[in-house]
Amino acid sequence: MNTSMDYLDGNAAAGELSRIFAVEITAAEGQCAKCGAKKPFAEAHLYMQCPGLVARCAACDHVLLRLVNAGRRVFLDVSGLNWLALDTSLQESGK
Amino acid sequence: MAGTAVLGRVTWRAARVVAVRDETATARTLVLAVRDWPGQVAGQHVDVRLTAPDGYSAVRSYSIASAPTSDGRIEITVERLPNGEVSPYLTQDVMVGDELELRGPIGGWFVWRSDQTELIQLVAGGSGIVPLMAMIRSRRSAGGNSPFRLLYSVRQPETVFYRDELQALSNQSDSVVITYAYTRVTPKDWPRPAGRIDAPFIAMGAWPSSLRPTSYVCGPTSFVEHTTDLLISVGHDRERIRTERFGATGERK
Amino acid sequence: MAIISRGFAGRRSAAEAKLPPGQYLTTDFPVLSAGPTPHISLDRWEFTIDDGSNVLRRWDWKSFRELPSETITTDLHCVTRWSKLGTSWEGVSLDVLLADVKTDLPYAMFRSYGDYTTNLPLKDLMNKQAWIAFKYNGADLEPEHGGPARLLVPHLYLWKSAKWVKGLSLMPHDKPGFWENLGYHIYGDPWLEQRYSGE
Repeated sequence: MNTSMDYLDGNAAAGELSRIFAVEITAAEGQCAKCGAKKPFAEAHLYMQCPGLVARCAACDHVLLRLVNAGRRVFLDVSGLNWLALDTSLQESGK
Repeated sequence: MAGTAVLGRVTWRAARVVAVRDETATARTLVLAVRDWPGQVAGQHVDVRLTAPDGYSAVRSYSIASAPTSDGRIEITVERLPNGEVSPYLTQDVMVGDELELRGPIGGWFVWRSDQTELIQLVAGGSGIVPLMAMIRSRRSAGGNSPFRLLYSVRQPETVFYRDELQALSNQSDSVVITYAYTRVTPKDWPRPAGRIDAPFIAMGAWPSSLRPTSYVCGPTSFVEHTTDLLISVGHDRERIRTERFGATGERK
Repeated sequence: MAIISRGFAGRRSAAEAKLPPGQYLTTDFPVLSAGPTPHISLDRWEFTIDDGSNVLRRWDWKSFRELPSETITTDLHCVTRWSKLGTSWEGVSLDVLLADVKTDLPYAMFRSYGDYTTNLPLKDLMNKQAWIAFKYNGADLEPEHGGPARLLVPHLYLWKSAKWVKGLSLMPHDKPGFWENLGYHIYGDPWLEQRYSGE
């Protein structure tokens, strides 16, 4: 599927996404809206060398989540995820 | 209270370089003093931001290499990449006394907490050793003795990070069992020819899958995919493998 | 207020050049992608022009490469703030591709292998403003830079120069593509610094 091996993973997006999500996101499980695969967000394939952040399903490459820093506003698209399950017991420092 | 706790992780704050230490010809550890540092869990990283006088800025992620301490200091180990934009500055130009901006600690998945009691398998490709070293150091400072094994893949002997410390660890009984794979050049009289990690190497050096360890695999993306596939092919549970990919060149943005 | 990093310059060169506002000069060629690099074999590649209902024109690689092409030297401006000057390309002008297309649909959505899309007014594709480029610096365009063929529209921000193009759909109204529907400007003129929507 992806032979370029130039993607990062959900861990690399955590700093940027921590501006939006108060709860730690890399450990959150999510379901791909296209193929139904359920995986931790840390396993998503991350493309960050582009005008925005794009997280794709590791199983089918469908776009799960996109983020754009557009001046004062942040645009967030999560339409590629059916759901995300966030563990609120994880404190902000991950402890 | 909750508000400031969240902001602490998200906002950029100043870090002062208090010491530098070369690990290899191309990699350097920076010791950073961070005011009001909340402490970290092994495996977490920081984002570092550099800003030029004209306002141009670049951000890169670096794993924290050190165990938690009470003195507000953390260490990161940076590998200088040939076409890097930030790593040459951090490994060659930065001086003790300089200030950097960073945010963190970041990460809640690729972490090891000292209350984990299961067997731990660490697999490092090149600079992927950094967060795993934080786990090894955290285990030591927590006084833990949960069994750790480390598979560490490098190009050649000179590119091993933390060589003396890992050597001292190997010499202690009842500690971390380390197996090296050399992909380009081996030490003299090394029994295994130069090459990537393969299934026989996993069988020889990793915990058997029947013991159900939790595995942490870190390094360049192609290394992580290749090694994770190998672990699964010898029976390891996909759900018990945690991964962190450093991209094609090993540098994360 | 950011902390200034003593002595940090980044990848930029010190050359003085006329750049659009907010841009920095670069000498390398950053690779920016929203997804995996598609690998399309030339015997399956095609470029189509449709109007939403019917395919109006179609070329395979052979017939595409038989079209008249030209070399272009131009400047690139990426919305992520880097600019690269004096880049050299070879491509087929959209004037050639649209020559026999009779339409009153004023907008186009370009589609790429993978899932990328970007929208442009048709008039921005005409009159020597846009090409389907297949060579960069005299060599075949590499996959990571959009090969076998990419759109090149240098008067707009580089996100409009879609990599790995496979066709364009003519539209009656302007509709936002992949980045335009997530905060980027619908048009994207770097000289007016039209980076984001609603500003």
